[in-house]
Amino acid sequence: MTDPVLTTRQKVQRSITRRRRSERWFRASGVMAIGFGLLCLLALFSSIWDKGAPAFRQTVVEFPLMIDGAFLGVSADSSAQELLAADYGGLVRRALKAEFRTAPWQQRRTLYRLISSGADWQIQHLILEQPELINQRITLPLIVDDDVDQWFKHDRPNDLPGRLSEIEIQWLERWIEEERLYTRFNRTFFTNGDSREPELAGIRGAITGTFLTLLVTFMLSFPIGVAAAIYLEEFAPDNRVTRLVEININNLAAVPSITFGLLGLAIFINVFGVERSTPLAGGLVLTLMTLPTIIITGRAALKAVPGSIREAGLGLGASRVQVVFHHVLPPALPGMLTGTIIGMAQALGETAPLLMIGMVAFVVDIPSFVTDPSTVLPVQIFLWSDSPERAFTERTSAAILVLLGFLISMNALAVWLRRRLERRW
Amino acid sequence: MNKQHQTEGEPFSDQSKLSVRNVSVHYGEKQALSDVSLDIGANEVIALIGSSGCGKSTFLRCLNRMNDTIDDCHIRGQIHLDGNDIYAPGVDVVPLRAQVGMVFQKPNPFPKSVYDNVAYGPQIHGLVDNHLELDDLVEYSLQRAGLWNEVKDRLHSPGTGLSGGQQQRLCIARSLAVDPEVILMDEPCSALDPIATARIEELIDELRENYTIAIVTHSMQQAARVSQRTAYFHLGQLVEVNPTDKVFTTPQHPLTEAYITGRFG
Repeated sequence: MTDPVLTTRQKVQRSITRRRRSERWFRASGVMAIGFGLLCLLALFSSIWDKGAPAFRQTVVEFPLMIDGAFLGVSADSSAQELLAADYGGLVRRALKAEFRTAPWQQRRTLYRLISSGADWQIQHLILEQPELINQRITLPLIVDDDVDQWFKHDRPNDLPGRLSEIEIQWLERWIEEERLYTRFNRTFFTNGDSREPELAGIRGAITGTFLTLLVTFMLSFPIGVAAAIYLEEFAPDNRVTRLVEININNLAAVPSITFGLLGLAIFINVFGVERSTPLAGGLVLTLMTLPTIIITGRAALKAVPGSIREAGLGLGASRVQVVFHHVLPPALPGMLTGTIIGMAQALGETAPLLMIGMVAFVVDIPSFVTDPSTVLPVQIFLWSDSPERAFTERTSAAILVLLGFLISMNALAVWLRRRLERRW
Repeated sequence: MNKQHQTEGEPFSDQSKLSVRNVSVHYGEKQALSDVSLDIGANEVIALIGSSGCGKSTFLRCLNRMNDTIDDCHIRGQIHLDGNDIYAPGVDVVPLRAQVGMVFQKPNPFPKSVYDNVAYGPQIHGLVDNHLELDDLVEYSLQRAGLWNEVKDRLHSPGTGLSGGQQQRLCIARSLAVDPEVILMDEPCSALDPIATARIEELIDELRENYTIAIVTHSMQQAARVSQRTAYFHLGQLVEVNPTDKVFTTPQHPLTEAYITGRFG
């Protein structure tokens, strides 16, 4: 039995089913891959969120306090120095002792530990701003110790045994009955620098350090990167030296970042004497890291400008430099900016090279200039992740959330800028 | 081997604007032009014709040193503009290209407004002293290019938003704005429709009064319509140069005859 002779139309029709099937399978595998990726992303985010979100709330206790001027040795006319030096902690302890009069003296240290040592600074701050409150009766929310904070946020709702002793829980339950213990938004996380006390630890120092470091990085890498891209693309002759430079730049983009840290340590810190653990040193190291990215994306942006525009400029009698700066660079700038922002976002998350230049120190003060010792957010996360206290685990995840937030916004900004500026062409 | 090529017709004239002597051009190993000698007279339109790859565009680009932008390109011979060798060492190409303007095959306005396109040349060469003079110069150039009426209400809209024919006239206006003496046109109408083409041919005729024009064209009919002299190139050699009607009615060289009767090309 022979097959009937098929017309071309019928042969095409027959192949359609086969082709459609393989296309459907291809599309399905693509969707599955993306779906899997999104699922993993979701799992990652929800795990970090679960761990970190509680850190955005802190437990406080409404504490009625008599600002006893005689005890503190200050009055409404005291100088700022005298106000700064007064023993506000003693005031709190005295009030606690008075409130829980039944506490035997051995337990007093435990009692005092209920309230964070940061309460001293809270009251000091308030009195400095409003010295008229001296000798007044006030009520203010004082930050509690991190053990109390963790117990109130996690252990108590779940009936878990925490690190608190029976008597501490008794005292706290009394406060809860009086409705004085509650959680509020953790401002301290954003206004304080690093601290040994977890309840007082914040990321302000790290954020400022990151900002200063990225500022140095941008101010150095953008002009150098753009200038190098322009030179390599528009002016460099095509000879062996240029080609060698190109190969090296492409390779630098793939060099492990810790190597740049070693370079920074050896050259910037040891030879040029830049201070370690400063935004200046960090910025210099990150500049080296970001330069290859900026140069490569810059060259791509310049190459994308059509040659006809250059010819038109040259034909009118513009010099090569004029053609580059008047006609080639302006349309290429959005692409270069996008590449720079992506490079910055990469630099934002870099930890290894900054560890090498010493940003691993415990820095408490908020840096105000590029030569002040500082740390950056990824390093802060790294340092906190080492600490055993539960409160630090919480804060590590919260800081990760903040870092991710920055990264996402920077990349979103890059995408938005690119779309917005491209339309004008 | 020293090729002594004999060009038929009248390649030379007494008062020439541009005078080309024994020019040969190589792109790397490949020879694009060999031993071309030609005079281009003032206020004449000369058409350069020939089949693809015969070297006419290369020749044109030599006249304003645009071939300098190509790395592999080597030029021998002499080209004089008003008696001055344009390839002499120390000659600055920037003022040369203001004197010898160029209009390209595909219209290439800058991605700026119509006004800024025309104003760019005068601005970089410092031809005007103030904003009012610039406005006048832009208007004058657009009028000479026959585009003023169509764009006077949208001088600040992007140049790339115009139609093809309008864009090409904008490019012509742009070249006119720097007050050149010679205008080189490299197949200016090949990307345009017949009506836009006719418009530009009219324009070339008007411009002849004040400018010297060399136009490369694929269309023999166009060469016949706009030029006074025609130069026929073949495989890098200048085969014949004669007054246009002579070239198209009684060509001297057999190759010329073969081309214009359509046997090849």
